[in-house]
Amino acid sequence: MTAAREEEPYEEEEPDEEELPAWSLPSTAMEGIAIPPTWPARVDRDWAFGGSTGKGVRVAIVDSGIERGHPLVGEVEEAVVASGAAGEEPSIDEDEQGDACGHGTACAGIVRSLAPDCTLVSVRVLGSGWTGSGRLLVAGLRWAIEQGVEVVNMSLSTTKRELAAVLHELADTAYFNRTLLVASAHNMPVESFPWRFSSVLSVGSHELTDPLAYFYNPSPPVEFFARGVEVDVPWLGGTSVRSTGNSFATPHITGICALIRSKHPELTPFQVKSVLHLTANNVGGA
Amino acid sequence: MTEQELRDAVAAGVIAAEAGHRELLQSIVEVARAIFGARASSIFLLDEEADELVFEAVAGEGSEALVGRRLPSSTGIAGWVLVTRQPLVLADVEQDPRFARDVAEATGYVPKSLMAVPLLHEEQVLGVLQVLDRPQKERFSLSEMDLLGLFANQAAIALDLLGRARRARAVVEGEADLAVVARLAATLDDLSPERREAGFGLLAALERVLAK
Repeated sequence: MTAAREEEPYEEEEPDEEELPAWSLPSTAMEGIAIPPTWPARVDRDWAFGGSTGKGVRVAIVDSGIERGHPLVGEVEEAVVASGAAGEEPSIDEDEQGDACGHGTACAGIVRSLAPDCTLVSVRVLGSGWTGSGRLLVAGLRWAIEQGVEVVNMSLSTTKRELAAVLHELADTAYFNRTLLVASAHNMPVESFPWRFSSVLSVGSHELTDPLAYFYNPSPPVEFFARGVEVDVPWLGGTSVRSTGNSFATPHITGICALIRSKHPELTPFQVKSVLHLTANNVGGA
Repeated sequence: MTEQELRDAVAAGVIAAEAGHRELLQSIVEVARAIFGARASSIFLLDEEADELVFEAVAGEGSEALVGRRLPSSTGIAGWVLVTRQPLVLADVEQDPRFARDVAEATGYVPKSLMAVPLLHEEQVLGVLQVLDRPQKERFSLSEMDLLGLFANQAAIALDLLGRARRARAVVEGEADLAVVARLAATLDDLSPERREAGFGLLAALERVLAK
């Protein structure tokens, strides 16, 4: 991490992608990739997301839907559902059903509690039957990435190996398009996807009660641990429940990513991961 | 040995195995209920063809009357756990009928707390294990989640065995596509040694082709 250089003040401009060299770096193009020297000598939480409310950041919740009008969730900007009979290409349509289970509402509520001004998008991939559920998950995730949302919360996974390749491709597409994919790890030694891919942020649970306590795991595949035990979350019918599971640790990291992306929209997924690492409780944050 | 005798011999073993696996499942839910001090525990099997979850074993509240009852496979708590392969623990549940509608309809009461974990065997999801109303005196801990995972593993193995026994029974009862294998075995058994050897040669070749 280099200190900010005084003589090159940071200009608040998105880099012009057309001028950036993508595949090689000729000496004449070196100036073009100069990273705006906004990084402080020491990255801390105040720099990373101090004062941020998540404003301007779109967060997609790929799950069971989000209940409309839940006081702990607030406004949902857009809600879609992935559906389609076996053998047909799944379609994405406006979703008026809300939440098929309560789980998506819970995840949305956690994100909202951390990033109160973020924009929530519901992508329902559950509730249309077991058969073909993996295909719907892929279709919903693809749609969210195509919309260019800043962060995607996936508190779910699939064990179907046949879907691993397409999910891997989608995870990489998201990574290169500046969409952060935050995915729940398994709490059992199970091979499932997409959380095992290195281009996503994978999340497991710790037992602390601080919603802003997060840890970097030096022994991946699980990369981060966040609050996932006895979390009060919104549920169906305007109610709330106390819940436990990596499903609920994941939206904590999603919310924190929304705060970081709101304050530093120029950061790539790689850089956001670095910021999370540097600000983790066990690394030097907190 | 005639085809009928062979079927009888295999069926005796297969049916006994199925009964044994059912007892194993029952024992798993009873131990799970006892260890967590819970009001009830149940195992659902996924019926892929019907796209439904079936109560396969129940301990405690509801018990026997529930075995065989069916729920949609992808709604409610059990459906979410099944489809997403993620365990879920809920406590301090408010008395709202929309909560855990599936559980309430099935058991006749709305639990105050619920633990549900997917039953995974290799890349297959076989069903869901649920533990209802564990005493909420203490905070839930990650070690309990691990314990739940261990039970789930055992239940998944038992469900896998049960599934195999049922498929085997369908074969010996001549109901499945694979019944041809039982007929083939009986036919081979009746052949003269020479012809039987030729038959085994053919089967070995078929085995090599299918293994590719």
